[in-house]
Amino acid sequence: MINTEYTKISKSSLLADVDVAIIGGGVVGCAVARRMSLEGASVVLIEKAADILDGASKGNSAILHTGFDAPVGTLEWECVQKGYQEYLDIRESLNLPLLKSGALVAAWTEEEESRFPDIMKKGAENGVKDLRLLSRGEALALEPNLSGELRAAIAVPREFVIDPWSAPLAYLTQALANGGKALFNAAVTGGEFTGNRWLLNTARGTVRSRYVINSAGLYGDILNRDVLGSSDFTIKPRKGQFVVFDKVASKLVRSIVLPVPTKRTKGIVLFPTIFGNLMVGPTAEEQDGRDDASVDKDILNDLQAQAIKNLPGLANIPVTATYAGIRPATERPEYRITEDVDRNWITLGGIRSTGLTSALGIAGHVHTLLQRQGADFTARKNPSIPRVPNLAEHLPRDCETPGYGEIVCHCEMVTQREIKAVLEDDLMPAGSLSGLKRRTRATMGRCQGFYCSARLAELTEGKFPEPIGVGESDE
Amino acid sequence: MSDIRKYGIYDVAIIGAGPAGLAAAAELKRSGVERVVVLDRETGAGGIPRHCGHPPFGIVEYKRVLTGPSYAKRIVATALESGVTILLKTTVTSLGTEGVLGIVSPDGPGELQAKRVLLATGTRETPRSARMVSGQRALGICNTGALQSMVYLKNRIPFKRPLVVGTEVVSFSALWTCKKAGIRPVAMIEEKSHPTVRWPIYYGARFFNVPLLLEIQIMSINGHERIESVRIRDAKGNEKEISCDGVLFTGQFTPESTLARTSHLEINQITGEPLVDDYGRCSDPNYYAAGNVLFAPVKVAGKCWQGGREAARLIVKDLAGSLK
Repeated sequence: MINTEYTKISKSSLLADVDVAIIGGGVVGCAVARRMSLEGASVVLIEKAADILDGASKGNSAILHTGFDAPVGTLEWECVQKGYQEYLDIRESLNLPLLKSGALVAAWTEEEESRFPDIMKKGAENGVKDLRLLSRGEALALEPNLSGELRAAIAVPREFVIDPWSAPLAYLTQALANGGKALFNAAVTGGEFTGNRWLLNTARGTVRSRYVINSAGLYGDILNRDVLGSSDFTIKPRKGQFVVFDKVASKLVRSIVLPVPTKRTKGIVLFPTIFGNLMVGPTAEEQDGRDDASVDKDILNDLQAQAIKNLPGLANIPVTATYAGIRPATERPEYRITEDVDRNWITLGGIRSTGLTSALGIAGHVHTLLQRQGADFTARKNPSIPRVPNLAEHLPRDCETPGYGEIVCHCEMVTQREIKAVLEDDLMPAGSLSGLKRRTRATMGRCQGFYCSARLAELTEGKFPEPIGVGESDE
Repeated sequence: MSDIRKYGIYDVAIIGAGPAGLAAAAELKRSGVERVVVLDRETGAGGIPRHCGHPPFGIVEYKRVLTGPSYAKRIVATALESGVTILLKTTVTSLGTEGVLGIVSPDGPGELQAKRVLLATGTRETPRSARMVSGQRALGICNTGALQSMVYLKNRIPFKRPLVVGTEVVSFSALWTCKKAGIRPVAMIEEKSHPTVRWPIYYGARFFNVPLLLEIQIMSINGHERIESVRIRDAKGNEKEISCDGVLFTGQFTPESTLARTSHLEINQITGEPLVDDYGRCSDPNYYAAGNVLFAPVKVAGKCWQGGREAARLIVKDLAGSLK
């Protein structure tokens, strides 16, 4: 797909001419865009969808991991540690929420309990020094609604819950507020390295960039094959299904309840969300499709049953939503971060469930790699620090400040003012209905649009290529 | 700071301006209760009938056949004529003891207190997600409530050729709406071996020229941006793909009792209704419930209206100290 015409392209016909082009608007891409823009680079984020977070980043568990169970000494472990700390450092200035839930690793069988010494040891090796072994009685005193089948638990006090969508939004918004650019509906179809610059062919035109960061997630290997000619890893999409319980369930448990992990996966977790729900998931299902986020009735019923088994009070609590996310697993468990130094290209591959936490750490690592490659940027003095809107249930919401117009989505208390702000945002208006939903929570509550679809259709009319309303009524 | 009594002190506060709430309010005023307020989170009063654009409404209440929207206007007018205060865009966020209600409105957060509170928050259909249906999430999936509010309030349609799921009364109301709006359902499907409603309504499917398929399971909903097809399986195990651009999930009503669930009030764990005694009183006797929030799965507007009026009569007795 290499087009030699690119070399002849004049500067005026370029969509962007930058130091760093980041391909993929997931949490990792957004964090890299932020970091490099703060380091003084000119950046462009190139996304094939109409809005950010359209792939792996749209369906994760929203946990800020301490990394207590990460493979020690690995790059993943290092990025999780650094990402965790940086999130805590910057979150207040960007208005990002934090639910200090803490976690319990729960043992339900003797076999699981027998693995506790290993987990404690690993935690200590990983620098997570506040793990605490709890007896059955101690654990049940902390979480009295958990099933009496519980045998013991390990408390992980600094495992927290965050907003999986506002965090990357804040990262990219900060990049844009500091001169960065984002291109949507701009799938990269090919490119050519001219010796010191890349010319990237996108669905919307050509981008010139000194460095390219591949953060294309589920499509990272395909991108490398299309542009570099080969990829040293292959994405093995792994689907995770989730069941979201009604907000009344949040009264039942305060902590993230983790299972004893297996080699392959962290296992099925019961956890509060920042929006006040309680969730169970994810499953880990290998599949071929990179965009097949379909749910399966039997698996959802199993998940629900498993959640009820561990937390019996859930039996009478309605389900609000079900969904699936797809994680970009590869042939190997570790991160696949590679450099093509001759061609100024860095690939951030195989970033799975820890990506939300590690993204800021990965971004710092990218900066280090670029410096090693000879990039010499001067960090921005007094960078702009934009604040993103809060959607967390435990913090003040927009509807608590007068003058919001009307509440459009009653289940999630989303105001007309919030929807208008996202539709008309100066830096990055919502590009799709799902983008709008992630950035406001409209229709994501218990009625799933029974009450508000009509009003939302009216407010979003003409804004998105795929609208709610497909035509006028004959009535 | 939120003013503790910003939204006033009333004899009776009614949550929900649908048929039950408005009937109760008008009856309370007629019985001489002075300060009666109806709170509704929507921008217009009248409840669900506002967007049920077809008859028959009003037979019990007004002895004539009205469409939903005309009926909604009538019940609102009746309440206002009786001297009831209706506060719109006013969301009750919490139910407290002593009848203290947490309120959010465009005027700011605050509280309201009433000697008695009537919950008339109605019912809604169960969405796709809570039914645990397999397949993808895409545009074009909705309930009858969303369809009808789009058609009758906003003059828009969410799909042109949907598959209709369910055979309750509301399912046929949905077919009626489709016909009026120019939507042509590809089929109506039902899991059971017979429709939920019986004669005469079920001949409706034939009248609307929509094939009715029984003993059908949904295997998966397919489509990326927008619904493209639904895979179904019949009783013999044969599977086929039905091409469509939407899925309309009708019925399976569930009480809109979130406020009660998140408060100190007790809930019937089976139906999801607030638990009430013979007088319609909740576990906190300052609270009452009436209408579809108590009629799981669902009753017609006329029954809700009657239920609201009955609740009002009991509240009047209660305020006078003559209820046991």
